[in-house]
Amino acid sequence: MKERSVYKRILVDRLFKALVICLSCIIILPMFFILYFIVRNGISVINWGFLLSLPKPMGEAGGGISNAIVGTVILIVIASIISIPIGTLIGIYLSEYKRGRFPYFSRLSLEILQGIPSIVIGIIAYIWIVVPVGTFSALSGGVALAIMMLPVIVMSTEETLKLIPDTLKEASLALGVPYPRTILKVVLPAGLSGIVTGIILGVARIAGETAPLLFTAFGSPFMSTNIFKPVSSLPLLVFNYATSPYPDLHALAWGACFVLIVFILSLNLIAKMVTRRWKVQF
Amino acid sequence: MESTVLKTEDFGAGFEDNEVVRSINLSIERNKITAIMGPSGCGKTTFIRCINRMHELVPGATSSGKILIDNENIYDMDAIIVRRKIGMVFQRPNPFPTMSIYDNVVAGYNLNGIAITKADKDRIVEESLQKAALWAEVKNSLHRKGTFLSGGQQQRLCIARALAMYPEILLLDEPTSALDPKATAHIEELVVELKNSVTIIQVTHNIPQAARISDFTAFLYLGELVEFGPTEKVFTVPRDKRTEQYLTGKFG
Amino acid sequence: MEGYGEEELAGRMGHAHPGNIQGLARKAFVGTSADGVLRSRPILSEPSFRKLLYLSGIFAIVLLLAILLSLIAASVPAIKQIGLSFLVNRVWDPVAGQFGSLPFLAGTLLTSLLALLIAIFFSLAVSIFLGEYSRTGAVSSVIKGVVELLAGIPSVIYGFWGLAFLVPAVRYVEMRIHVAPYGVGILTAALILSIMIIPYSASLGREVISLVPADLKEAALSLGATRFEVIRKVILPYARSGILAGVLLSLGRALGETMAVTMVIGNSNMLPKSIFAPANTMASIIANEFTEATGKVYLASLVEVALVLFVVTAIINIIGKIIIIRMSVER
Repeated sequence: MKERSVYKRILVDRLFKALVICLSCIIILPMFFILYFIVRNGISVINWGFLLSLPKPMGEAGGGISNAIVGTVILIVIASIISIPIGTLIGIYLSEYKRGRFPYFSRLSLEILQGIPSIVIGIIAYIWIVVPVGTFSALSGGVALAIMMLPVIVMSTEETLKLIPDTLKEASLALGVPYPRTILKVVLPAGLSGIVTGIILGVARIAGETAPLLFTAFGSPFMSTNIFKPVSSLPLLVFNYATSPYPDLHALAWGACFVLIVFILSLNLIAKMVTRRWKVQF
Repeated sequence: MESTVLKTEDFGAGFEDNEVVRSINLSIERNKITAIMGPSGCGKTTFIRCINRMHELVPGATSSGKILIDNENIYDMDAIIVRRKIGMVFQRPNPFPTMSIYDNVVAGYNLNGIAITKADKDRIVEESLQKAALWAEVKNSLHRKGTFLSGGQQQRLCIARALAMYPEILLLDEPTSALDPKATAHIEELVVELKNSVTIIQVTHNIPQAARISDFTAFLYLGELVEFGPTEKVFTVPRDKRTEQYLTGKFG
Repeated sequence: MEGYGEEELAGRMGHAHPGNIQGLARKAFVGTSADGVLRSRPILSEPSFRKLLYLSGIFAIVLLLAILLSLIAASVPAIKQIGLSFLVNRVWDPVAGQFGSLPFLAGTLLTSLLALLIAIFFSLAVSIFLGEYSRTGAVSSVIKGVVELLAGIPSVIYGFWGLAFLVPAVRYVEMRIHVAPYGVGILTAALILSIMIIPYSASLGREVISLVPADLKEAALSLGATRFEVIRKVILPYARSGILAGVLLSLGRALGETMAVTMVIGNSNMLPKSIFAPANTMASIIANEFTEATGKVYLASLVEVALVLFVVTAIINIIGKIIIIRMSVER
């Protein structure tokens, strides 16, 4: 009697392990499917013409995504200019002031900000910028993306700076270096790899965002570098073409997906390399 | 020049409602090594961190009384200036990890934006590293980052960094407690040499070390200055019973 | 120190030093103060720097409040006109001036909860696998990599893939089981959503499971328990709150997910009758109709939908974070 129940328990144990491994491996399937689709459909479309020319009017064959690439870059630049300085400062603040009511609420606010659905942020940028300015614009899109990038940068800055031992700060202060200089010239450089990683990951996050751009940057078939006018972007292009009824446009959309995925994956890889090579050891 | 470089008058310090040291009256003599010893928790680190006004950086820190350097109250001066006149070396070596050895030594100048010619920088680097007895070992790797050095070498680098500012007083907070005996011996030799150019106040846990290298010894117990005098006298004929008990290991 | 000449200063600065610091400093860069000791021109004085830091600290709070207030203010026209029936009215017909958001609340809840249900099994499996069975090694690195990759794929790409692959597949299945073969609908959206939220609960779950103290596990094993029993009776109860937090965070993410859902949910404003029916979620109705919205009340209604979405996701995120904080305090 005793032996059988042990046998049963061992069986259950083995089955469970098999189940867990099975389920874990099934996860790999969607990823392969998605990547397969993107690569198979996308790669046939990619050529220099694709990357460098503008989209043709609806229904015409051919065309490219050059304006979407440029637009994505413009949006990323605007978002970075806004969010990096503010985000780094907030990160410094949170790492210097660990206790207290303001830091607590500040952190809480950032957590909530990070969880806000991206489309809601799009509406906010619409209310704050599109309405006063009067048109859709790259600026409003950039602001929306900046709001999304901010929590990422703050959190990685804070985490990085928290890992830097206090004795480093003290060594600098003991040399008579004033506090602001100590932070800017000793503490920040020591945490630079982490901060840069955070920025790269923040960019990776916003590069693929579409929802906040739907009614801010809005998209455009033209090449534009005017930040007060609508601008195209890779994710917007994918959305518009994918939901259109023309197979030609679908093909272009796969190409754009390919470019986008390559970009985001490269950013993630670069972030990992930055951490490995530049990280300061204590 | 007077022989007393630092004087504390009825000095006390602590945190919020907790007084860590009180009524300290001490006179430190120029170009001598003064050891501050006492059991854990007696307040010696708190006290020494008041001298270069690092103590006040902790939220809730309090202090009372005066500390005079060359007859001027350090609390009447800008804290930045105090810290440039009084250098500090910490318990655990803490060279700046993003800077080369060369840059570490002149960090005090670089960080403060004090512009000096390259020739002068080279001179300061060599001189400070010589004084810290590290020059010979690193002169060919000045532009490498300091993290490859051993613990003892890193600590000497920190000493060189503090010396590069030409301080009047050098505070050493248990500088050898994280080092092995050989490195400790090196640093002790170094400290004895250094007193010719700078006044040294050293906090130590290590009674034999205090006996070996210091000229004067102050014994702190439970926040009070129990005894102070020339090392020989304090160690051979202590006036206070508690000093005697501490020296003979009755409590640690 | 006033009144000392340069020689004296040299002596005081560095007793054995041939030059003195003042000689070293170029006047352009540095000033000397009355006490003769070097003072560098500060980048920013300490009080101003600290003030700057305080301001940046408040910035996040102000930003959040500004967002909330803007949403409320922009919804006012709708709130005034429609009031609370907005939330229970099941007809959304902008042409007729009817704005009931119940279909979207239902759509959101159905897709998110269904997605969560599907995802829980997989993410729990991955958490246990990576946190307990295989913490290091090639297989675990692969799976870790896959999970990270899945988290990084943009929503719109998921949506496109859904359109190209999942929708035909679901359509095929629907034809087989004799249901209206839309292909798009709640089920499809839930499937895509589940793939998208697995990485979040999986990573968090993995972390808490791997942090279960080894001595607890060893105690159980030494009493003769099988690995499964250790997982069931020791590890999972211990990691319970972390896993719950991961689930909540995934739910929060699912509720707000827009693009992928918009592309496969079928864009119908009617209250969905089954999981095979097309529908709309709160996020997708905004995505679909915001740029076409004419009229103050229409626009304000959509903003009100956004407001509801904001409040719901904020609450869920806060609860999730509170659980995480409680966990780390307990340890």
